[in-house]
Amino acid sequence: MKTVFDRPEALSDVPLHYCPGCTHGIVHRLVAETIDEFGILGNTVGIAPVGCSVFAYNYFECDMIEAAHGRAPAVATGLKRTHPDTVVITYQGDGDLAAIGTAETVHAATRGENITVIFINNCIYGMTGGQMAPTTIPGQVTTTSPYGRKRNVQGSPIRVCEMLSTLDGVALAARVSVDCPKNILQAKKMIKKAFQNQIDKKGFSIVEVLSTCPTNWGLAPKDALQWLRDNMIPYYPLGVYKDGEAIRDPE
Amino acid sequence: MSKVLMKGNEAIAEAAIAAGCVYFFGYPITPQTEVAEYMAKRLPKVGGLCLQAESEVAAINMLMGASAGGTRAMTSSSSPGVSLKSEGISYIAGCDLPCLVVNVQRGGPGLGGIQPSQQDYYQATRGVGHGDLRLIVLAPSSVQEMASLTAEAFDLADAYRMPAMLLADGALGQMMEPVDFSVFPKRELPEKTWATNGTKGQRKKNIVNSLFIDPNELENSIRARYERYAKVEENEVRYEEYMTDDADIILVAFGITARIAKSAIADMRKTGIKAGLLRPITLWPFPKKKLAELADTAKVFLSVEMSMGQMVDDVRLAVGGKRPVHFFGRTGGIIPSVEEVAEEIRKLAEA
Amino acid sequence: MTTRFIFAGSGGQGIQFSGKQMAKTGMHVGKNVTFLPSYGPEMRGGTSNCTVVISDEEIGSPSVSTPDILVAMNLPSFDKFEPKVAPGGILFCDSTLVDKKSEREDIQAVYVPATGLASENDLTGFANVILLGVILKVTGIFDFADFEDYLLSNIPAAKTALIEKNRKALELGWNYLQ
Repeated sequence: MKTVFDRPEALSDVPLHYCPGCTHGIVHRLVAETIDEFGILGNTVGIAPVGCSVFAYNYFECDMIEAAHGRAPAVATGLKRTHPDTVVITYQGDGDLAAIGTAETVHAATRGENITVIFINNCIYGMTGGQMAPTTIPGQVTTTSPYGRKRNVQGSPIRVCEMLSTLDGVALAARVSVDCPKNILQAKKMIKKAFQNQIDKKGFSIVEVLSTCPTNWGLAPKDALQWLRDNMIPYYPLGVYKDGEAIRDPE
Repeated sequence: MSKVLMKGNEAIAEAAIAAGCVYFFGYPITPQTEVAEYMAKRLPKVGGLCLQAESEVAAINMLMGASAGGTRAMTSSSSPGVSLKSEGISYIAGCDLPCLVVNVQRGGPGLGGIQPSQQDYYQATRGVGHGDLRLIVLAPSSVQEMASLTAEAFDLADAYRMPAMLLADGALGQMMEPVDFSVFPKRELPEKTWATNGTKGQRKKNIVNSLFIDPNELENSIRARYERYAKVEENEVRYEEYMTDDADIILVAFGITARIAKSAIADMRKTGIKAGLLRPITLWPFPKKKLAELADTAKVFLSVEMSMGQMVDDVRLAVGGKRPVHFFGRTGGIIPSVEEVAEEIRKLAEA
Repeated sequence: MTTRFIFAGSGGQGIQFSGKQMAKTGMHVGKNVTFLPSYGPEMRGGTSNCTVVISDEEIGSPSVSTPDILVAMNLPSFDKFEPKVAPGGILFCDSTLVDKKSEREDIQAVYVPATGLASENDLTGFANVILLGVILKVTGIFDFADFEDYLLSNIPAAKTALIEKNRKALELGWNYLQ
């Protein structure tokens, strides 16, 4: 009998701890498939964040580092600059990448660090139980914005891809979603491109993945997917915000 | 190689390169900026890299990434910057990674001042980052030692898989003295089998991590680390003794202050006062056994520091109540003069 | 024997250079030496000073509160450090820029219009080297030829004009008090 679906080699054979209906699992699989397809498992080093995907170091079969909250791009910089032949990926959530680690993100991007960043945007802090994220959308209720996020109180959310696309060091800034098969295929395509860019030494590549958090949104998994379509995609339009190569000076 | 006249900060950088460290991550802050400047000039010529980070926080995490990959690397800063690095140092310690952090101390708290100080003794030996952790802390007292202890710090960090700190001060960083780079011994070091530099399909994956959700696992990991710390305490205590054999009054001082104490002791010896000096070279591990021994023969101890009194706590712990322990210090960036230290010795002799 | 110097003046007068030359020569002739510059915002546009200790013994403090030798190349430096010169010490003063005399009787004061001499002799910018020549003569701390060797050997051989000016300035200072 022919095997038509199997666990990618780069994905560890362990149960994931994510909540039912959480889309982290899908993104993990896309990343693992990409590592397999490029045949770079022995050369890849992943950097896990602080947040729901903190245990990512247990889920990928490549070497893994667990970084401090928000510091993954700096850790990635240190590793990649000293080991330029490795493929270095960070996997970060919205609080990690766009709040406490904003400086590390922006500066790794503008330096054109030749790394791949997988950015999970689900508009909420999941691990700590549903607090406001830098990407929580206006009006969204969280445990620390119980009356809804108000722009005159908590300010406006950050559109990360749009912001980073202005930087000369960025090769790829793309926003995708994993709410339906068509979008998942597009997400895979962008993740592959972000890896290919690193292999081709094109510069900083970030793929922002709109994801669901049924538990902390208080929605059934299916309703959460609909909420993503109805509320997130209008605020965070899908698309490729930059596709090119970091501007560099000749060696 | 003959002696060269060099700034302490430059000697650190040159010694690091000689010790095989060709990666530097830092952020400018007075009075240690020459370390980064020297590295920025030299490292590209030896196939290395000096990267100016966006912050001290980023710099220490870049260092963590380099170290996780198994590469010898360092960062350098001064007091306020080291506070910012504390988080990263805690993670590096928790991940059992070796690295070198240099602190060319200036006055604090807050922005404080830019003149030399020893106010970060507590921070270095007790409070750098959260959690149960230790750093190997080396305290040079000359430009020659800025170089030799830099080289030694890398080896100690690698040997025990833990961060090491060179705790200097603005005077040592800025002053010039002759240095000889030809005298550093090499040590046999373990292979870095734990490095996350790609499995190459040759081994199981490595994980560099400080997270243990199960408290039993966390406790076990800490206990294992403390067994290594115990070995450091057993094997790596360094100190210098000066005229302690027959001394009634033992001064305890490190770094630049120890030199001043030495001059004061020499002056007081001429007047017949039997004073001596114990200079801790490792602040952790602290030479507590040696001090306990000295407490059997000496009558009184005097800790001399450029702070309001921090190391004096360790001196008291080591002396264990057997003899009185006094303190003299200047703070805020003032280097005590030989005369005022001599006066303190004289007062103790007359008491 | 220990000699403790403070060199003080304005930024751009070669204060740090003078101090380093003293320290370097000391090192080359086998003495213990320390050189400690002032640093930080003090350096920017204002006063500049440095401390040099040259000794046969191990040097304790690199910082000096009561110098044996003070070289004052502007008025603020004179005002700040002249009262601190150790009794029996020597003050060297650029009298072109410092129109004051020391009233102390327990120190020796040497007044040299170094900046004026420099401009008269096409040596603008070399007043510090003229003073170094005077210091060598008065103190006898180093052999003149040794000092000149280490001074000139630091300059790239291609810069012959620079070598010549340093030599001329040093000799001018050395011969000034005859």
